[in-house]
Amino acid sequence: MEKLIAQRTISVNEEGYLTDFSQWTKEIGEEIAKEQNISMTDRHWEVIDYIHDKFQKQEPLSIRGIKKSGVINIKEFYKLFPGGPLKKATMIAGIPKPKSCI
Amino acid sequence: MKHLVILGAGTSGTMMVNHLIGKLPKKEWKITIVDQYKTHYYQPGFLFLPFDIYTTKQVKKDGRKFIPKEANYIQKKIELILPKENLVKLEGGEELPYDILIVATGTNIAPDEIEGMDGPGWYKDIFDFYTYEGAKALRNKLREWKGGKLVVHITEMPIKCPIAPLEFVFLADSYFKNKGMRDKVDITFVTPLSGAFTKPRATKALHYLLEEKNIKEVTDFNIERVDYENKKIIDYADTEVAYDLLVTVPTNMGDALLERSGMGDELNHIPTHKATLQTLDHENIFAIGDATNLPTSKAGSVAHFEAEILTENILHYIKGEPLKEEFDGHANCFIETGNGKALLIDFNYTHEPVEGTFPFPGVGPLQLLKESRANHMGKMAFKWVYWNMLLKGTHIPFVSANMSTKGKHFEEMES
Ligand SMILES: Cc1cc2nc3c(=O)[nH]c(=O)nc-3n(C[C@H](O)[C@H](O)[C@H](O)COP(=O)(O)OP(=O)(O)OC[C@H]3O[C@@H](n4cnc5c(N)ncnc54)[C@H](O)[C@@H]3O)c2cc1C
Repeated sequence: MEKLIAQRTISVNEEGYLTDFSQWTKEIGEEIAKEQNISMTDRHWEVIDYIHDKFQKQEPLSIRGIKKSGVINIKEFYKLFPGGPLKKATMIAGIPKPKSCI
Repeated sequence: MKHLVILGAGTSGTMMVNHLIGKLPKKEWKITIVDQYKTHYYQPGFLFLPFDIYTTKQVKKDGRKFIPKEANYIQKKIELILPKENLVKLEGGEELPYDILIVATGTNIAPDEIEGMDGPGWYKDIFDFYTYEGAKALRNKLREWKGGKLVVHITEMPIKCPIAPLEFVFLADSYFKNKGMRDKVDITFVTPLSGAFTKPRATKALHYLLEEKNIKEVTDFNIERVDYENKKIIDYADTEVAYDLLVTVPTNMGDALLERSGMGDELNHIPTHKATLQTLDHENIFAIGDATNLPTSKAGSVAHFEAEILTENILHYIKGEPLKEEFDGHANCFIETGNGKALLIDFNYTHEPVEGTFPFPGVGPLQLLKESRANHMGKMAFKWVYWNMLLKGTHIPFVSANMSTKGKHFEEMES
């Protein structure tokens, strides 16, 4: 699927997750956040940086991982991204939704 | 004389010793297997124990019965693995040098990971059924329980046999119906996932069961703490679920041995090669079953498939040949749905649970993703197969280590 975000045509899946991370920009992240009723602050971006870092190292994301991240505690993570914080933060970060498979 | 040491005599360790004993040349290799307990527990039976479907006797047997006499069987706690020195230290100071090590120490519950879980309420109105002690204590509680809010809860993934909590809910529904008190029990299933099952396709196929049995569902619930005084569980988003009886599956973690030995990940599971079962850090150390960090289900059936592939790879390793990258994450599980019915699912690293029949393509007898009595008989027969075939490493006819795609209706999983 294609979607126009921040004046650019971006490929996304049915749920709205970017399917090609190379298309991601900060503006796109900002727009997606707005659609989720989140207005991004420096604190939000610190979390997104952490998520990108994990993504690049191909390390799985989990709530437990957040607890040990040293970046943020889970309580604050929920405040910044209310609802499903991992799902929302990964959507804003332009990476696939974490698979809590298994 | 060379020495192969197996740590853990649970499902995986026992299968490995039975596989290897006849395959390693006796003049060159000695095999030792170590476990802390004399008893071998049939863990799948812990699901049935609380409901008086199985007796305690049916879920435990003397471990020695399943270990070949030619193997050296030690009943002691393992203290430490020193991978650089190729040495294992046991309780009391005994040392076991090895040429090849197989880690099969499984995974277990860690209720102390969550505030308030194993506090004053533990085994009073908070129970697990993933241990023998928990399942038995819960059985005694259920025998006299007068009803109220039953909350069945998963703390965090991954857990072994990930569908067992859902099966517990279905069996609870039947149990209370049979006791003529279903109207006095309110059942809620609470999960950190966004659906009742971990795989989207299975969630779709299973959801009707929850509706049909009038079971409430709370999803995306990441528990922060148990408020045992006011009897509720609270998550990070401040959602609260009240209980009279909480049956939880606590965080599952590998044995603390792996943390002590510096070999585990954040949940003490060992980083292991997905397809060869060699550990990522040490070439003469292999891992199998629940102890690994592999992204497939932690289940006895998976360990069974792994054991066949690991046996071949140990033989390749000894001969200095390249290892076979064969394991595909194949899992199959019976899912008890209550009232004497069950369904069967089959999946691997890349294929979602499928609809179709198993193990005879197109014929059955066991139906994947469809409720049936035959599947329930299959699940019950699994106990016999477990004690009499699986542990002994006997090849189970018609069931292959790699997943067969015949007779199944497929849809590739999106990655
Ligand atoms: C409630 C429940 C239902 C289940 N249902 C099913 C099912 O229907 N189908 C299915 O296929 N699977 C099922 N399973 C999962 C299955 O039981 C496990 O996946 C399987 O037992 C894993 O085998 P393992 O050898 O890797 O670990 P285990 O069988 O747990 O063995 C590990 C062994 O290592 C020993 N050990 C660990 N640390 C030490 C130490 N430091 N020193 C000495 N010894 C140590 C332990 O004592 C234990 O004997 C179920 C599990 C549970 C809890």
